Amino acid sequence: MFNIPLFPDSASTFAGRVDALYFFIVAVTSFFAILVVALVAFFAVRYKRRRADEVGAPVHGALALELTWTAVPLVLAMVMFYWGASVYFAMAKPPANAMEIYTVGKRWMWKFQHVTGQREINQLHVPIGQPVKLVIGSEDVIHSVYIPAFRVKMDAVPGRTTTLWFQATKAGRYRLFCTEYCGQKHSGMIGEVVVMAPGEFQQWLAGGPATGSMSEMGQKLFTDLACVTCHRDDTTGRGPSLAGVFGSQVTLQGGRTVTADEQYLRESIVNPQAKIVEGYQPLMPTFQGLVSEEQLMQLIAYVKSLGTKGQAPGQTAAPAAEGAQAPGAADTVTK
Amino acid sequence: MDTATAPTQTNYINVAHTAKSWLLTRDHKRIALLYLISVSVFFMIGGLFALLIRLELLTPAGDLFEAETYNKVFTMHGVAMVFFFLIPAIPATLGNFLVPLMIGAKDLAFPRINLLSWYVYVLGGLFTLAAVIGGGVDTGWTFYTPYSTAASNTHVILTGLGVFISGFSSILTGFNFIVTIHKMRAPGMTWFRLPLFVWASYATSLIAILGTPVVAIAIVLVALERTLHIGVFDPTLGGDPVLYQHLFWFYSHPAVYVMVLPAMGVISELIAAFTRKEIFGYKFVAFSSLAIAVIGFFVWGHHMYVSSQSAFAGLVFSFLTYLVAVPSAVKVFNWTATLYRGSISYQAPMLYAFGFLGLFLIGGLTGLFLGALGLDVHVHDTYFVVAHFHYVMVGGTIMAYLGGLHYWWPKMTGRLYNEGWAKFAALMIFVGFNLTFFPQFLLGYMGMPRRYHMYPEEWQVLNVLSTAGATILGVGYFIPTIYLLWSLKKGEVAGDNPWGATGLEWQTQSPPVTENFPVTPVVTEPAYAYAHQEKRFA
Ligand code: HEC
Ligand SMILES: [Cu+2]
Ligand SMILES: [Cu+2]
Repeated sequence: MFNIPLFPDSASTFAGRVDALYFFIVAVTSFFAILVVALVAFFAVRYKRRRADEVGAPVHGALALELTWTAVPLVLAMVMFYWGASVYFAMAKPPANAMEIYTVGKRWMWKFQHVTGQREINQLHVPIGQPVKLVIGSEDVIHSVYIPAFRVKMDAVPGRTTTLWFQATKAGRYRLFCTEYCGQKHSGMIGEVVVMAPGEFQQWLAGGPATGSMSEMGQKLFTDLACVTCHRDDTTGRGPSLAGVFGSQVTLQGGRTVTADEQYLRESIVNPQAKIVEGYQPLMPTFQGLVSEEQLMQLIAYVKSLGTKGQAPGQTAAPAAEGAQAPGAADTVTK
Repeated sequence: MDTATAPTQTNYINVAHTAKSWLLTRDHKRIALLYLISVSVFFMIGGLFALLIRLELLTPAGDLFEAETYNKVFTMHGVAMVFFFLIPAIPATLGNFLVPLMIGAKDLAFPRINLLSWYVYVLGGLFTLAAVIGGGVDTGWTFYTPYSTAASNTHVILTGLGVFISGFSSILTGFNFIVTIHKMRAPGMTWFRLPLFVWASYATSLIAILGTPVVAIAIVLVALERTLHIGVFDPTLGGDPVLYQHLFWFYSHPAVYVMVLPAMGVISELIAAFTRKEIFGYKFVAFSSLAIAVIGFFVWGHHMYVSSQSAFAGLVFSFLTYLVAVPSAVKVFNWTATLYRGSISYQAPMLYAFGFLGLFLIGGLTGLFLGALGLDVHVHDTYFVVAHFHYVMVGGTIMAYLGGLHYWWPKMTGRLYNEGWAKFAALMIFVGFNLTFFPQFLLGYMGMPRRYHMYPEEWQVLNVLSTAGATILGVGYFIPTIYLLWSLKKGEVAGDNPWGATGLEWQTQSPPVTENFPVTPVVTEPAYAYAHQEKRFA
């Protein structure tokens, strides 16, 4: 018990930014806490009651003072607000070149699958210096991916696809926790993130058994589940061609448009009636319950591999979602 | 002051002795005592669960309980403390007792509804106790979906029903207070002559009336989804689990103010009485209560920054969260300024008030960490949050509640408690509290998640400190129970106004008669008009 840490490891590009904000707020709040305590202590001693019949002086208040101690905290609060928001928005926007890793929470384990197909359970290997984007789903209840050393966290919400990104800066093994209470073994839903030098990481990727890349698995499912019968490469199918859909603005029945991000793709498969593409009939069956969360992720990976608007098919990219998203909230669809 | 002879005048306590006279009473003061007893029972139950939590966390391994049992223990700790102690504690006991007295009324506007509210509370409590005895519930006090609707196989419905029912008691009490404060003020008791505790009670009542129905609906929907599988929250039935969080926090954030505003009201009374001075900036303190009540309704999304809520929603909620922090800061500065040139006495209730200031200061200031979007991502759902809300709700609310209980005890019972023990208990609570919860800030920033049965070994030392603190805190809370009960028989007779305080409640006898004032008082001066009244203390 000689090792008594009092501060977390810092191992991502966010760690420094979050800590800087933390220390700023520590400084401001300590200043006010000490100020108030000192004043209270001073007054308590200085104006201690001396006679049983003594009363306080008739001081009613002072407008100037009231305004000052309303305005000063307000200004400081706005600084904290702005600073906090700027860090949050950085967390919300994964860089376009981020490496995607598909993450599924399930009571009580974390399952990861790399784009190249390698699967891991409760362990996640990532390279240093490369932005990594977790595409997160849940098979049952709400969980939350939390890596304290990276200062990042995102809920895994059943029925939604969320994302989280980070860029590791220091090799090592770091704890990963589930931070949304999920039942009996919630505190056992833990794992570790292994951060490696890029070369080592490539070796690790090559070494593991892979059953084919994510998009290959998705392609197989696309055939097995007979998606191909409706979705063809050309316009002859009963459903729209999926080439170039990801990242594009889809026009829906009624004229509304939405950005086709991961959340949109998920919804199109699980709950196709929710948003009908303009010019098509609502005849796509729901695949709710027929595909597991992981298969869903593979299908999404496949659809994404069919290209992004303005990109040659085969290239994957992060959603070109305009504006910002919550760190990871992939649903920018406005109602 | 008199020697320890039993008071001989008739008062609301000795006017009748049968059980029926208590169980069917319509006297707000008797109902306050009924509430005092019942919330104390829940405080002990909740406290016992807290102790079990801390015992389990003494070691990193989950060796005291099974994981399932531990999950039930922290759930029932939260349910008992939040819904059956913290929310009703000050309004239903001190508020019930004091609001009519402070405004010079004979009773609340609807005495029967007041009694009904107590029965409703007890009924809700019995349902919840039945759930506990029947095997407990394991969803956390927040009942998050879809865990609560689709996964948990514990007594979610029974507990939910208990919370649902007891919610009506807050609504009834709030409604009663609002009507009473509007309609039953004594002649001359204008709005700006009201004691600040009445202002705080008014603001609290508004929140209880507007917010409680929403959480009630959310709980009903959870129950319906469990039984009838209607798809509201469960995505496999076409529902949206995050919708539940919106409904839940729409009430449960303002509920924090249901716990804290009355506490702030009590503190204003204590500081005025023990500095013998008008509260500095009376109007600012009064209006800050209303500001908190109103803005507090629009900040609920700060519990959901990483829930997949849109980033713009997060932005708005963060902004409003920082706004609502300002009126709380204003109150603290005004209380501090009240001490300036006061005549400060260190009697036990004032020590509790000092304790409140210290703990609430830390609780409130650490809220600034959580309001910051990018920082909350890191500390959300860790022990940092646990520490923060215990500082606010336990350090703040319970400290004020105990301070108020000591201050008005002579009025409620006619007796004085032992001053030495009371000071000692206040000190123990303060020390125990800080030792329990301060280490949790450090644990939280290092990333220790809340609701964990087991934790990594390197965090043991801080957890042991926390458990040690909890032991001291537990003893600290227990001591008042003993000396207060003891004072009922042996305490010195208090007299009408042992503190030399202003306020109508101190102008009538202790304990008051059934309808409070033999003659309806006429108010001619503002609250806390100490400066004109030096003669009173001769
Ligand atoms: C019976 C024919 C049919 C089958 C089988 C089918 N779909 Fe569809 N799909 C449609 C139709 C028609 C639409 C357009 C109307 C709508 O939005 O629902 C559509 C829309 C979509 C969209 C949204 C496309 C856009 O342009 O926005 C996606 C993504 C999609 N389907 C994926 C799939 C996947 C994956 C499968 C297999 C698991 C599948 N579909 C199986 C008929 C089908
Ligand atoms: Cu989990
Ligand atoms: Cu809140």
